[in-house]
Amino acid sequence: MEGVAIATSGLSMRFNGFTAVDGVDLRIEEGELFGLLGPNGAGKSTIIKMLTTMLRPTAGGAIVWGHDIARERDAVRNSIGVVFQDPSVDSQLSGRENLDFHGRMYGMDKKTREARVAEVLELVDLTEKADVLMEDYSGGMQRRLEIARGLMHHPHVLFLDEPTLGLDAQTRRYIWQYILKMNQEEGVTVVLTTHYMEEADHLCERVAIIDQGEIVALDTPDNLKDLIGADIVTLEVDDGVTDEQVGAFSKFEGVEAVDRSGSTLNLSVDRGESRIPEIVLGACRVGVKIRSVSMHEPTLEDVFLKFTGKKIREAESAGAGRMAAVQSRMRTRRH
Amino acid sequence: MPRINVYAIYSLWLREMIRFFRLKSRVFGSLAPPFFFLAFLGFGFRSAAMPAIPENVDYISFLAPGIIGMTLLFSSTFGGLSMLWDRVFGFLREIMVAPVSRLSIVIGRTAGGVTTAVMQGLIILVPGIVMGLKISGLAGFLLSLVFMVLIATTFNSLGLAFASRMKDMSGFSLIMNFMVFPLFLLSGALFPISNLPVWLRSLSYLDPLTYGVDGLRGSLVGVSAFPLAFDLAILAVCCAGALGLGAYLFEISDVE
Repeated sequence: MEGVAIATSGLSMRFNGFTAVDGVDLRIEEGELFGLLGPNGAGKSTIIKMLTTMLRPTAGGAIVWGHDIARERDAVRNSIGVVFQDPSVDSQLSGRENLDFHGRMYGMDKKTREARVAEVLELVDLTEKADVLMEDYSGGMQRRLEIARGLMHHPHVLFLDEPTLGLDAQTRRYIWQYILKMNQEEGVTVVLTTHYMEEADHLCERVAIIDQGEIVALDTPDNLKDLIGADIVTLEVDDGVTDEQVGAFSKFEGVEAVDRSGSTLNLSVDRGESRIPEIVLGACRVGVKIRSVSMHEPTLEDVFLKFTGKKIREAESAGAGRMAAVQSRMRTRRH
Repeated sequence: MPRINVYAIYSLWLREMIRFFRLKSRVFGSLAPPFFFLAFLGFGFRSAAMPAIPENVDYISFLAPGIIGMTLLFSSTFGGLSMLWDRVFGFLREIMVAPVSRLSIVIGRTAGGVTTAVMQGLIILVPGIVMGLKISGLAGFLLSLVFMVLIATTFNSLGLAFASRMKDMSGFSLIMNFMVFPLFLLSGALFPISNLPVWLRSLSYLDPLTYGVDGLRGSLVGVSAFPLAFDLAILAVCCAGALGLGAYLFEISDVE
């Protein structure tokens, strides 16, 4: 299977009858920058843990860079780099020492190591901080060093689990730059997970939207947004609005779809800005009282909403419960 | 049969060395208790006649090997338990995702922990000599190094075994107070175990450190309760058992 970096088939993970990942089929091309997008607790990290050999799937399997994740763990580990969601550096060591340690673990000799350390430090702009102890790094610097470390041994595939979680907006932009840069300059296949829509949109060539352990959509960000097609006009209306009244909206000219959640109506409208006056007038005619109107171009958030029927933040609060369930199950599994 | 990754073992060992020489305050901190034991018990009981100590051996010569054993016990147990810190602070994941067998990880960590513990034991030897410990000779000193390595490996592995079963630090003080301290006090580091009542003495015989301390005493001072070969054999068996247990529990432990 030339050109394929990762292929999964029916990849599943169950914890005591609870399904965290449910039959995931993925094909990620060589050199691709691929995103797994979904709320916390959707199963993204579990997928990453299985692909990086930290967890064994309970059903299905995957091939990473030509190696089976269950049977050829060391070969898989040799082919991949991982940047974990939580910090994983030795804070008593300097940046350079952390990289050195990593290089040795992957069997790199001194000369190769020194050259590579200089390269990856340069890539993430940490050359000057190389000999500072990790405990004196800021959160963003630490993240950058972890990205550099993930690249240290020339992996074919780099996994980034929520690479910008908890970072401020500016640092996040920097990290995005580094990720794009290494994908282009090093030609490394990147698989990242995120629950930030704009991150997936900005970075990824293709995005798989994941909800409750299943892939609900997979395509380029643009194609996904084209599924929504038109602009989104959002109306805040009075609570008493009836289904009949809502139905009336879909008959307005240019309105392609109407989606209601509570007192919010999302209308998919072609050339939205020119339709707003008619929509407002039409709403008055059918007796719907509008409190506010806003409009935006389709985002991945709308795509998520379309496929799952909920906003990612709502899914998140449900997901948090799911995640707590996973964790407590994992805990009981251990003892 | 898992592969042995020599370079990875070296990397793990080197990390322990860097940390040891970097965290000087922690090293001094951990050397303070054995040093105070040595100084105050040594001076305090200098002229007291303790039964069951041979007449040609003064108390400081009796005590110093025991305190070296204490230093090895505490620092190597702590070294094994420090795997827990790596787990809590996430560094364990970095180790575990590398293409390195778990056996190599255990060997590398143990080598690092044993080296730091033996270095601390040797540091404590210095004030012992200053206070009047007379070493029997070079051969005895070299033999004592063997005992030091065996003691450190045994308790480092036990620490690793405990750390593999623990998820957080809550059990740490329990282990220190209910395992490490009794092992120290039962070992005959401070007084001959023949002074203990019989029921307590039988517990001493179950303590690997008893044979370690006796071996150190025999090799450094030339006086021991058991034949040195016996001490060596028992300790080697305990060491192999502990190493196997630590490696096994680490092997089957979860990463997260």
